[in-house]
Amino acid sequence: MPVIINNDKCTGCEECIASCPVSAIEMKEGKAFINEYCEACMTCLNVCPEGAISEVEKEAHEGTDLQGYKGVWIFAEQRGGKVSSIAYELLGIGRKLADDRGAKLSTVLFGASESEAQELIRWGADSVYLSQEPILEEFNDEPYSQLLTSLIQEHKPETVLAGATPIGRSFFPRVAARIRTGLTADCTSLQIDKETGNLLQIRPAFGGNIMATILCPNNRPQMATVRPRVMKRGQYDENRKGEIITVRQEGLSSRTKVLETVKEVSDVAVNLQEANIIVSGGRGLGDAKGFQLIQELAELLGGAVGSSRAAVDSGWVPHRHQVGQTGKTVCPTVYFACGISGAVQHLVGMQSSDIIIAINKNPEAPIFNVATYGVVGDLYEIVPLLIKKIKEAKGA
Amino acid sequence: MNIVVCIKQVPDTAEVRINPETGTLIREGVPSIINPFDLHAIEAGLFLKEKTGGKVTVLTMGPPQAETALREAIAMGADEGVLLSDRAFAGSDTWATSFTLSKAIAKLGADVILCGKQAIDGDTAQVGPETAEFLNIPHISYVRKIEDIANSSIRVQRLMDEGYDVVESALPVLLTVVRELNEPRLPSLKGKMAAKKAVIQTWGQADIMADANDLGLKGSPTQVKNIFSPEARSDRKILQGTPEEQVDALMQELRGIKCL
Repeated sequence: MPVIINNDKCTGCEECIASCPVSAIEMKEGKAFINEYCEACMTCLNVCPEGAISEVEKEAHEGTDLQGYKGVWIFAEQRGGKVSSIAYELLGIGRKLADDRGAKLSTVLFGASESEAQELIRWGADSVYLSQEPILEEFNDEPYSQLLTSLIQEHKPETVLAGATPIGRSFFPRVAARIRTGLTADCTSLQIDKETGNLLQIRPAFGGNIMATILCPNNRPQMATVRPRVMKRGQYDENRKGEIITVRQEGLSSRTKVLETVKEVSDVAVNLQEANIIVSGGRGLGDAKGFQLIQELAELLGGAVGSSRAAVDSGWVPHRHQVGQTGKTVCPTVYFACGISGAVQHLVGMQSSDIIIAINKNPEAPIFNVATYGVVGDLYEIVPLLIKKIKEAKGA
Repeated sequence: MNIVVCIKQVPDTAEVRINPETGTLIREGVPSIINPFDLHAIEAGLFLKEKTGGKVTVLTMGPPQAETALREAIAMGADEGVLLSDRAFAGSDTWATSFTLSKAIAKLGADVILCGKQAIDGDTAQVGPETAEFLNIPHISYVRKIEDIANSSIRVQRLMDEGYDVVESALPVLLTVVRELNEPRLPSLKGKMAAKKAVIQTWGQADIMADANDLGLKGSPTQVKNIFSPEARSDRKILQGTPEEQVDALMQELRGIKCL
């Protein structure tokens, strides 16, 4: 078991049972007992008033030479030969991590042109491993994972990142499985321990109810996928120079084949994800009619309408407006949260917004923890007043 | 055709609440359910069986009480259930979980393996693709439609960021499925009777002939360092006064950031 109970200290108070997110603690003969459900989240350690629960020290993997692994890699995905915007976000965070470690930042690019590779250098990469094997033009999991695996085994990067997109989330697991290393999904924040090089991988857990920090201390490279529209792009420098390394690989094969690619985009999704201003409403609106007020403020500011899960679950607004863990992740310049309490599952979808304005009756609402400006008050009083004053200002 | 559906019993995360004082999860009273995406995988398995004939086996890894999830799947129409349960499996991350599942699937033998796109408690979406890699078979993620199945190949629609791809794969294959794929059926009366009578096989480490170094906590490269609620922003400003004054202050800030 990852966690052990000291039976001499355990008083059988059952505090830990309620704290366990996965029901991994039971009572046996008056003492706590860890069952097979344990996911080693360590929550119970702090809950036990007697200090009877402790972590089992894990032995380091024998023979893994962590020092031999250097540099940060990001995987730049492309569709139809054009690099996706997530690649530039990865270069933003990747540059920071590499600088913190005094290391190089490299990019891996499959199936795109040399000019796309140049662009990645201008956005912060020191070098680009570019492979133009024809089999890589369309996304197929097997050749992508075969080639990335072989590049990692040859060059030994310390950290490898991809976007938490349908592409990154599909083929990165195969690479991690093959290399025998850890992969953390859908991170919303990354930091590096400057000395050990351990990547602190922060992500929402339990349906976005809480955040978790994940480590991969004994294996390299440490791999993670990063949620799109959470990280800021780095600096663009037209004159930045870097190296493009052409990669040729024979014998790449695929048992899947893409027959057709069909584009299908919802207007609302595009509006939300590209909007500079988003006005969102939640449970505090009380009914579907409240969204007219949200709509009016959004139109006045030239913004898009968002919502919390609670408002969608109540049937006040369609799911395509939902922001959060099971909806869209957005990153506007200004985000208005009206009558939204701020459950973690909502926060993880909008907390990278530059400025967050929260309007809520309850001064204890967690939304105020992430707000830049907080207005404690009745939204039905505040928002109409705000609309009136904006109209006056625009008229003047 | 042998069809294996991997399912997970999870806490209904929509019901989970946070204790505001300790910042920890309140698990009490939260029901255990079959991961909602896995219901669509079960339905897809039953659909394929109706088309091609064969057998649907549901497979799960978890504590003894996860047997309930297998019986629910049998009530929907699955033929058999296998429970992977052993203290050696505890603390598994996605690497160790996928490794364990792949050993069991290799023992069962399968032409098509189905998984939900992700579990709602972990939200990683990694176990399906990692399992396919361990089995050395292809996989297709985010399947939203099964267009055709033949003896040695399958054609599906794979959901992408801006639309979908039509993808063909050789068999055996592993598919992870999204909600749009189908509407899961409800258990039938006959199914419920079968579920009651079904004998669930339980397999441990010895049954799948795995090395202890590849299982559970020992076989897991990742570790959870801590769990926390997000902290307050340091630069936040709570606007004071009457509603009128608050809105005036807000207007000033909005002008300052050129929102107006």
